[in-house]
Formats: sequence, C-alpha cells, structure tokens
Amino acid sequence: MTEDVLEPQAEVAVPKTGATPIIRVENLHKTYDLGEVQVHALRGISLDILPGEFVAIMGASGSGKSTFMNLIGCLDHPTRGRYFLDGQDVSTLSKRELARIRNRKIGFVFQGFNLLPRTSAVENVELPLIYSGVSHEERVERARDALGIVGLAGREDHHPSQLSGGQQQRVAIARALINNPSLVLADEPTGNLDSRTSVEIMEIFQRLSKERTLTILLVTHEPDIARYANRVVLFRDGKVRRDEPVEERADAVEVLKTLPLIDADEEEES
Amino acid sequence: MDLTAVIRVALRALARNKMRTALTMLGIIIGVGAVICTVAIGQGASNQVQEQLRNLGDNIVFIAAGSVNQHGVRMGSSATKTLSLADAKAIQQQVPMVSRVSPGVGAQVQVVYGNQNWNTRVRGASPEYLEIRRWPVANGGSFSQHEVDAAANVCLIGQTVVANLFGGEDPVNKTVRIQNLPFRVIGVLASRGQSPFGQDEDDTIIMPYTTVQKKISGIDWLNYIMCSAISADAIHPAQQQIAALLRQRHRLRADEDDDFIIRSPTDLANVQAQAGRIMTLLLASIASVSLLVGGIGIMNIMLVSVTERTREIGVRMAVGATEEDVQMQFLSEAMVLSLLGGSAGVLLGVAASVGVSSMLQWPTSVPPQAIVIAVLFSAGVGIFFGYYPARKAARLDPIEALRYE
Repeated sequence: MTEDVLEPQAEVAVPKTGATPIIRVENLHKTYDLGEVQVHALRGISLDILPGEFVAIMGASGSGKSTFMNLIGCLDHPTRGRYFLDGQDVSTLSKRELARIRNRKIGFVFQGFNLLPRTSAVENVELPLIYSGVSHEERVERARDALGIVGLAGREDHHPSQLSGGQQQRVAIARALINNPSLVLADEPTGNLDSRTSVEIMEIFQRLSKERTLTILLVTHEPDIARYANRVVLFRDGKVRRDEPVEERADAVEVLKTLPLIDADEEEES
Repeated sequence: MDLTAVIRVALRALARNKMRTALTMLGIIIGVGAVICTVAIGQGASNQVQEQLRNLGDNIVFIAAGSVNQHGVRMGSSATKTLSLADAKAIQQQVPMVSRVSPGVGAQVQVVYGNQNWNTRVRGASPEYLEIRRWPVANGGSFSQHEVDAAANVCLIGQTVVANLFGGEDPVNKTVRIQNLPFRVIGVLASRGQSPFGQDEDDTIIMPYTTVQKKISGIDWLNYIMCSAISADAIHPAQQQIAALLRQRHRLRADEDDDFIIRSPTDLANVQAQAGRIMTLLLASIASVSLLVGGIGIMNIMLVSVTERTREIGVRMAVGATEEDVQMQFLSEAMVLSLLGGSAGVLLGVAASVGVSSMLQWPTSVPPQAIVIAVLFSAGVGIFFGYYPARKAARLDPIEALRYE
C-alpha cells in the first residue's frame, strides 16, 4: 500500500483512524486555462474518506465541489496533486484506464437521472456491465437483482417515461450499484424530487452505506439532505472550509414514518 | 463489447427512430438500386452484343474484290477480277495472324426441286467456311477438300431454302437442279435467322467454290476471301498484313487505290460493344452519385443523432465506455444503416431490372459480383460517412456531455 510514502497533510482535519481510506487526495489542484485568465477551481484539497462513510459535500456554486466530484469520479485529471482510489494512484492514468476504473469501482447518480429514454429499466441498469464484457444472461440477472435492492421488483420492463421521478432515480441507483462499486457519487440526487421521495432516496443510501459498507459522496445544496450523511465537507473558493461529522444524524426510516404518503406508487419501500 | 452486442445496440438505437432510419436508408436503397439496375441493363445489352459477335463468326476478316478505276470511270465493289485463288493461298501461308481462309464466289441462282423453285444466293466456299462463320450443319454433313478438288455437285442448303423447296420432306440426299445441273443435298445448315444487318442468312446454298467457278459462274477469279484472325486483337494487324500482301501481289503502285476492300464485322461490333461498356460505366457512375448523396444523408443524420444523444454518450462514458466503445457504437450504427439500405437496394435493383426486362423487353442480367460489390460498397459508404460523426461522439468530454441540455 501507499500510505508509508505519503507526506503528512496539515491543511484540513482528517479522521485519524486505522482503516485504509477508500479515497485519499493530497493537495489536489485544478486550474482551467481559459486563454487570458486562469480559473483556479481547486486550490489544494487534502482529504481522506474511509470505507462505508456517507459524506455530504456542500458549498455554493463556484466553490469547486463539482470540479472535486469530477476528479473523484475519474472523469478528469487534476492539474496538480495526487488521488488514491482504493490505494491506487489514479491521478496519472490514461483515459482508457480511467474508463475502466469508472466501470469497476465507481457508481454515478445524477440530479437529472440520466437514464436512456425508450429503454427498459433492466437495459438501463445493465449498461455498465456491457462495458465489462459480462454475458447477456448474467447482465439481465444482475440487473433484476439490483432493481430488487432499490425496491423496483416488478418494474423491470418499464421505460423511464412510465416511471415516477423517484422510481427513475432508483433505477439510476440500481445502475450505479450493478458492478459492486466501492464508491457511489451522487450529484444532487434529490434536486428534482419532492421532499418525501428525497427522504426515500436517502433511506436507500443510508441502508447501502450501513449494510454494504458502501462509500457514498453526496453533493447537495440542502442542509436537510446533508443531515442524513455522517460527515459534511464544506467547500468554498476551491478549498475545504469545514469538515466535520454530523452531530444529530437523521434516520430516514424514522423520518419516513412521520411523513404522509404522497404517491401510492412509492409505497413499495422495503 | 463483443460484435453481437455492438450490432444489437446499433439495431435498438435505429429501431428507436424508425421513420428517420427508413428515410436515411432510402438514400442508400435508391443509390444501390439504381447502380444494380443500370449495371443489369448494361450487362444485358452487352450479353446481346456478345451473342451477336459470336454469331458473326470467328474473328472474321473479309476481303472483297474492290472497285476498278478505268479511265476515270469507277466501278462498284467486286468489279475486279484480280482477287484470285492464289491470293487466298498466299494469305493462308504468309499472314501468321490468320488461322483459316476460305475463297468465296457468289451467284444468284434459280433452284428447282420437283415442282417447286426458288431464287437464292449460292456461295462457293472451302470446307473451312463453316468454321470461320461458326455455322453448324443441323442435319447431314459438310463437303470435304476432296469434293472441292473434284468440283463435285454437292451442296448444303439453308433453312429458308428447305422451307420453300421441300416443305416437310427431309432434303438430305435429295437432288436439286441448279441451272439444269443436278446437285446432291448433303446437309442442311442450322438456322441463323437475321444477320445484324437484317438479311435472311438462311436463304442460301453453300457448295465447293470450284463447283461455283466452273459450273455456275464460269469464272476463274474470286469475289471475296473470308479469313479468321487468330484472336480478336489480331483482327486489326491481320487486316494490315493482308492489305500489304495483296497490294504487293497485285503490283499496285503507291499512288494507286486498293483493288480490294477489307472489312471486319467483328471489329465493328467490338467497337459497338466497347461503346456499350462505356455507356454502362457512365450510367453506373451517375447512379453511384446518388449513393454518395445517400452517404451524406447518413452522415447528416448521424451528426444529428450524436448531438441528440450527447447526454447518453456522457452516461455511457461515465459508466465505463471508452472512446473506442463510443466510436464503435456510432460507426456500427452507420454501418448497419448502410448495410441494411444496401441489401434492400440490391433487392430493389433486381426487382427493377426484372421489371425493365418484362415491361420494355430489354434484356437484363444482374451479375453476381455486382451484388457483392454493391453490398461491400454500401458498407464502405457507412464507414466513410459514419467515421466523422462517430469520431465526434468519441471525442466528447464526459463532463461536458453529462451537463449538455
């Protein structure tokens, strides 16, 4: 492993525990060169995230949180600094190698769901497996299992247009989970959802983080949503301004009991 | 991704927009159909010319006795008496480009059998004549060199003569009378129908040239000499060599005109066939322009598709598709599009050529290699015009693509 070669980082507080971090970033910089001006989106981020942590990333627009998520999601290269995912230095990998890392280790959940239209739930969920060379039969089987986990058993052949927003987001979560990633990145997953449905999505994330030691990074604007995480990292001006555990963590299962049902479709929560 | 998965994904993407897919394919369908149809018509015409060429004989070089210029009065062809049997023998021996030679004399005669009579043309020839003209004997046999030497009273008769003199009777070994001389019919010529120049080829009698010279025309010269060149390419050099030989033999001065005329119907027909081929090529290349337009249609729709599906591309890249995967996906869509269009175009082209031959009575023939080339070419069109959109899709930045509205 690489920990012994790491230089000590003093800029921000990282949880001092013995576990191997799933994410370790060291002095991460990202500068966009727009010709005449240079935009410093990230100005030295150092952070450790442990397996099973549910981290909410907050910050105003332009704070650098989106840039940070793109780097964590292996969609972009840092200008400077290093990023270890699961112990592997991924900051210098080629595009093709990054695609493979995204395929095997990272699941993405987006604000706008980003499902393929006119494509059934199963076919949407199996998408990452197509690029892992998994056989058709196995893809369908695993996609059905993943849809069961997010409470969509019986809706495998529905197209996105036949599903509610909450159900579409669950299909997207099932797609993120299909390859058993170590990390799920959720970019404002509740941004397009009503409050009850948002809590239902949080319930799924809390459950996955607890039961599967899945690491979840959640970008959100809403402090109410951030309360479901167990750690909040606040970005401002390309730096980590605050990084602290959530004091009074909300339990989605408990919250749901207090909320009235809005849509009969959403009743199938397990 | 394996090939079947690639094709399945491509088919599904195309099936999502059936109308657009069909319209895009239409360009290729019409292009390939038009090329197949023109090639089929051209091939049919070419086959017909080839058939005519075969019927014309074996690379024939025809030397007719020419006009004479006596004190400024020019006579018509065959007016000279200078073309001789010795000329024929000299050609046979001294012109290596010539394989067979038959001396020729002709006369218009009245033929009588029983109470029937018929006016026809008699041709005096050597036994090689039938080979030179590729004219088989349908019934009976031909005459030999022995009968030529003996100036025997034997003859072969054409189908028209048979019909007019014999009705239903078998003419072989019957005796006809020509200018009061008895001739034994030893064979009946196969039917040839019309010559390319509209004459009834079957209205003729063939017998040894010696017999015609001595017993019918009473001449010792020839009206013409018919030769076979050793190949189609040899026709032209053979003509020149024969001309040189005959000028020398006839002792013509440099300022004197030829006293013979050399023609080659094969040569003429070859030029016709060549012109037909050029015409077909021209039409096919005009038709293939529509294939090009169809290809541009594919490129256009693929570019629209890439723009429309920018988010899809972003998602695919986020979940692990490499540039190659994305490029392959769009390239295979373009190829499936053009291959399906190409195959449908082949069907359309074959159907259209069948329609043309039944409605316009034109001979058509679809050469199998044209189908293979058309399908390969349409696949090539797909790759060529699909490459740029596919490249554009593959080069998208996943972050930008995911943010695309």
